[in-house]
Amino acid sequence: MKCRACGQKAVVNMRQHKLALCKDHFLEWIPEQTERFIEKYEMFTRSDKILVGVSGGKDSLSLWDILHRLGYMADGLYICLGIDEGIGYSSESQRLAEKFAVERNLKLHVVDIQKEYGSTVPEFSSKSHRGRLKSCSVCGLVKRHVMNRVTRDLGYDVILTGHNLDDEVAVLFGNTLSWAGEYLLRQGPVLPGVPGLARKAKPLFRIYEREMLAYALLSGIEYIYDECPYSVGSTSIYYKQLLNRLENDRPGAKQSFYLSFLEARKSGLFAERELIQAELHSCTSCGQPTSAQGLCSFCRMVAT
Amino acid sequence: MVKLILRDKEYEVRPGMTLMDALKKNNILPEEVLCTRAGELIAEDEIVKDGDVIKLIAVISGG
Repeated sequence: MKCRACGQKAVVNMRQHKLALCKDHFLEWIPEQTERFIEKYEMFTRSDKILVGVSGGKDSLSLWDILHRLGYMADGLYICLGIDEGIGYSSESQRLAEKFAVERNLKLHVVDIQKEYGSTVPEFSSKSHRGRLKSCSVCGLVKRHVMNRVTRDLGYDVILTGHNLDDEVAVLFGNTLSWAGEYLLRQGPVLPGVPGLARKAKPLFRIYEREMLAYALLSGIEYIYDECPYSVGSTSIYYKQLLNRLENDRPGAKQSFYLSFLEARKSGLFAERELIQAELHSCTSCGQPTSAQGLCSFCRMVAT
Repeated sequence: MVKLILRDKEYEVRPGMTLMDALKKNNILPEEVLCTRAGELIAEDEIVKDGDVIKLIAVISGG
């Protein structure tokens, strides 16, 4: 297999694009594509103050690397969730995020959940009504709250996450299976900022997870390879596996599913316009927006 | 023989086939792994040779 750009031996073959590239051209292609999507979907500009949520995994570290290569000024945010499970998952993730930042002279903010809120994610999970089996939902709640708080408190214009196309398609698939209309309306590569909620964007949302792994490996980015111990057997991983079977038979199926969803939503398939604007209240404790009056979900959990 | 290693599992295939065929023979979806040999990424059309040790890197990460 030859690189389409130079004819040298290809190392990555992207069947969905009918494109094979050598190492050098692949490492140029990914940042080019990312910048194209940043501009196409009007995610942010070079004058924006950017914060990247980094987990120590391949996607978020690669995103930070790409932004750095493209010349965007982006700082990082690592949230220590306190997940140990005998393998020191969080401490190793933090070490890798800090190492990445130091090597590139980038600024990394670290928020330790236990120090700031009194419990780790597994502890919050086991004592909350959500129950231990739903650690992933507690983790999501914590990360959304902290990312929003830090973005606003420190005056960043946008918070970025490293969600790739496979992440987005797995969520879309789950929401479609249950026709979760409200979630389908909210899912997208850019969530505009509203009073109390920072603008969010996902610059890697068009790039397959396999390509992001190739980017991390070829760039020599050291990332946490182990899965989060709580994600083993999760529904999202099961959906990714199902979708990869589809992709194997029909290259491009994942991309097509997601892009046709965006088109369908844009054309108003899912809801009347007035239903999109749900009324938000301010949490009486932290001030962040919440759908119910009184405390938001995060502050209710912390107060438990 | 050729050895494929994915996390804590090992598979053996005969030399002379493509990596794509080696993966399929062991029911490994090519979408879910990248193949490396001696630390270098290699494409799935590569023919595996006797004595090759192919380390497969899992694509899906949770967390």
